Amino acid sequence: MNAMTQTWVKVGRIGDIPRRGARCVKNGDMSIAIFRTADDRVFALEDKCPHRNGPLSQGIVHDGCVTCPLHNWVISLETGAAQGADEGQTLSIPVRLEGDEIVLGIGGLA
Amino acid sequence: MTEKQKLVVIGNGMAPGRMLEHLFEAAPDAFDVTIFNAEPRVNYDRIMLSPVLSGEKSFEDIIIHGDGWYIEHGVMLYKGHKVVEIDRQAKTVRSEHGEVASYDKLVIATGSAPFIIPVPGHNLPGVLTYRDLDDVDAMLLAAQSRGKAVVIGGGLLGLEAAAGLKERGMDVTVIHLMPTLMERQLDPAAGYLLERELESRGIRVITRASTKKILGETRVEGIELEDGTVIPATLVVMAVGIRPSAALAKEAGLSVNRGIVVNDSMQTSDPDIYALGECVEVNGNVYGLVAPLYQMAEVAASHLTGDNSRRFVETSTATKLKVTGINLYSVGDFTEAEDREEIVLRDAAAGVYKRLVLKDNRILGVVLYGETADGAWFFDHLKKQTDISEMRETLIFGQAYQGGSQLDPMAAVAALPDNAEICGCNGVCKGKITGAITSRGLKGLDDVRAHTKASASCGTCTGLVEQLLSLTLGDAYNPAAVTPMCGCTGLGHDDVRRLIKAKELKTIPAVMQELEWTTSCGCAKCRPALNYYLVCDWPDEYADDYQSRFINERVHANIQKDGTYSVVPRMWGGMTSSKELRAIADVVDKFNIPAVKCTGGQRIDMLGIRKEDLPAVWADLGKAGFVSGQAYAKGLRTVKTCVGTDWCRFGTQDSTGLGIKLEKFMWGSWTPAKLKMAVSGCPRNCSEATCKDIGVICVDSGYDIHFAGAAGLDIKGTEVLGHVKTEDEVMEHVVALAQMYREQGRYLERIYKWAKRIGLDEIRRQIMDEPDRRKAYYDRFVFSQKFAQVDPWSERVSGKDKHEFNPMATLTLEAAE
Repeated sequence: MNAMTQTWVKVGRIGDIPRRGARCVKNGDMSIAIFRTADDRVFALEDKCPHRNGPLSQGIVHDGCVTCPLHNWVISLETGAAQGADEGQTLSIPVRLEGDEIVLGIGGLA
Repeated sequence: MTEKQKLVVIGNGMAPGRMLEHLFEAAPDAFDVTIFNAEPRVNYDRIMLSPVLSGEKSFEDIIIHGDGWYIEHGVMLYKGHKVVEIDRQAKTVRSEHGEVASYDKLVIATGSAPFIIPVPGHNLPGVLTYRDLDDVDAMLLAAQSRGKAVVIGGGLLGLEAAAGLKERGMDVTVIHLMPTLMERQLDPAAGYLLERELESRGIRVITRASTKKILGETRVEGIELEDGTVIPATLVVMAVGIRPSAALAKEAGLSVNRGIVVNDSMQTSDPDIYALGECVEVNGNVYGLVAPLYQMAEVAASHLTGDNSRRFVETSTATKLKVTGINLYSVGDFTEAEDREEIVLRDAAAGVYKRLVLKDNRILGVVLYGETADGAWFFDHLKKQTDISEMRETLIFGQAYQGGSQLDPMAAVAALPDNAEICGCNGVCKGKITGAITSRGLKGLDDVRAHTKASASCGTCTGLVEQLLSLTLGDAYNPAAVTPMCGCTGLGHDDVRRLIKAKELKTIPAVMQELEWTTSCGCAKCRPALNYYLVCDWPDEYADDYQSRFINERVHANIQKDGTYSVVPRMWGGMTSSKELRAIADVVDKFNIPAVKCTGGQRIDMLGIRKEDLPAVWADLGKAGFVSGQAYAKGLRTVKTCVGTDWCRFGTQDSTGLGIKLEKFMWGSWTPAKLKMAVSGCPRNCSEATCKDIGVICVDSGYDIHFAGAAGLDIKGTEVLGHVKTEDEVMEHVVALAQMYREQGRYLERIYKWAKRIGLDEIRRQIMDEPDRRKAYYDRFVFSQKFAQVDPWSERVSGKDKHEFNPMATLTLEAAE
């Protein structure tokens, strides 16, 4: 099972990300966007819109969604799924808060 | 429950669309519906193509059924599938892509095809017809060249095409075979008035002209008339009539005459096959106007659901021309005959012509030109065959003059009987509209359109429907009820702007709280708008919310498709120097910038810069004296200039100096949408000032100030604001105009759209004629600039928003263990 090989890594503190904003974590060739909502929840998605690979980390964060800066697709932060009439899904990556530290679950997804 | 029957519809125009609406209303579960549409799109309002051509509406505005409608009703829609065969034995149809569908009932609605005059050259590229959206797109493409167009055919469609092409900047000539325009709908007098009106708009009209051939080798170069006249043209539009598309039905062995022959229940010679729309022939007649087609839709729908009581009955249909500013209305029979009388009213100065044709004291025909408000009232009497002898003396003056009532349009509408027709396209009477308003609690025009279809097609009855809303709802009707900003609120942009000022709301959370936003923190549509409104209204107090800005304005560079950025430094008025160019060259080398390009705004764009490198790039550019060009901003972009009196032998003023002055004064200001300016040193206009948001043309006697041009999605020449004598006056007027736009524009509304909404005269009045008001605008702009003129690049070089430009963490294999 995937979870068996998952590794949890500390990547920073919640204060490093502005509210309703995002920062990136580089993991090899993959860029992971970590989002912080207005109510201090934290989500992680691959930094790639399912539409044309736009960098979601650069989008506007609103409620539980982010709007892609390239063509305004709205992506759910929780599931990575495109909202509304658009279809597609971005890889969602496990993330949790330990105190104010952001811990990302990576690896073992093969 | 019985099993659903399979209904296949060939064609997806307005008639079958309307039929399905009736069908789903009467018997939602009776049929499984499959539609084959030869056009690759959903059902749209074909009569509104002319406003799309002229630019008053977009395609989205005229969609009748969006994709969601088909999903909601479980309709299988094949877009771009032309049906090539009907097999009546097997009861199947087959599309050109090989898709086969079987049917219990089949509806043929293949519409019509434009008639092409078979003159030599008719198949050259550049010869178009006017039928569907593809034709409109082709015409818009052709219009971009600003060349010459010839429209063959001076009927309804041809004239709408001509007016649209003229509006798009083409030089248009209309060729018409008959002595007067629209001879089927207008009498010669009204046709003459129409011709005069079109000529005054710069459209050339040639009547009694027959086309001999279309000239050109590889594409259209002109046309030649029978009398030898040659008219050069890069675009020829044929609008000489339509022909029912009945070939498919004929091949299937159905009875076909001019059109597909149907009975008054819309059944063809095969009882399981119905036909309706422009492709059919009923009692020897074929139809092209929308009202009878909608009647066919109703009849076919009720027959399909087993109600055989409805029959198609021919009625007269009123005609209107959808060209802004031209009012004409005609209905019935207005030819002259021995036993007929007429009443005519002419007002040459006002361009009004009214003619009623009477027989035995009953109205037989109506032609109105210039003033058409009484059209519906006359039509009502025509249909009812009212004996008009009592009011004959004043009949021609219209309803308001009957029975001594006031000249009040509201009273006139109030006096209409319940069965008076309001919407001719959709056959909706007054009672149905007022009934729907009361019983369904309708609040505005869009509600009425959604529930009754009134005013939802050509829109000429919109005024009447609004009056009915007002009569029925009284003060509760708010005609200004506008489109909400976004899904988070019911308020429109103007209300939000007004309330921000009135309630002194100074943060985004305050706006959302006080104005009862339905989402917790807005969306990507409303947040940037609110941020702009607050920046504009409270320049000294509001703290700009960068998380509510689009990425380009947040990081002060332009995001590209691969996630890299481009950077454009300011070059004041387009002037540069060897030192600046050297600095740019060094930056390009140092950061391996893959592309360098000159922009349309006389500056240099460096493309493909990684986000992490931005602050270092800016640091180097800053050392050479560059500041951000704000090429990403909803704000002042460039001020393009020509070399003016410094160098040019034609220059009349120092256009370069004035452009630099304007740019140095106005840079950094945020505006509702981007603001591009230009100053030309003489009317030769080398800096193209007459397609800018604001432009100045220098002349010997001073400066002409222009505004509201566009050269993007839309192309539009500027309007003249006024003439001033000195540079200082230019500064004051231009700045005041920009501030007026900043305070009133809706977010993302370019200055030409704002100006159209507010009215050019109102803007001229406030800026040119009211010095106190102009000065106040100017002062507010100057105050706001105190807080806006900070170079965002140097701020970021000094460390502001550092988090934006670096990854939070870079994981290595060690870290992952």
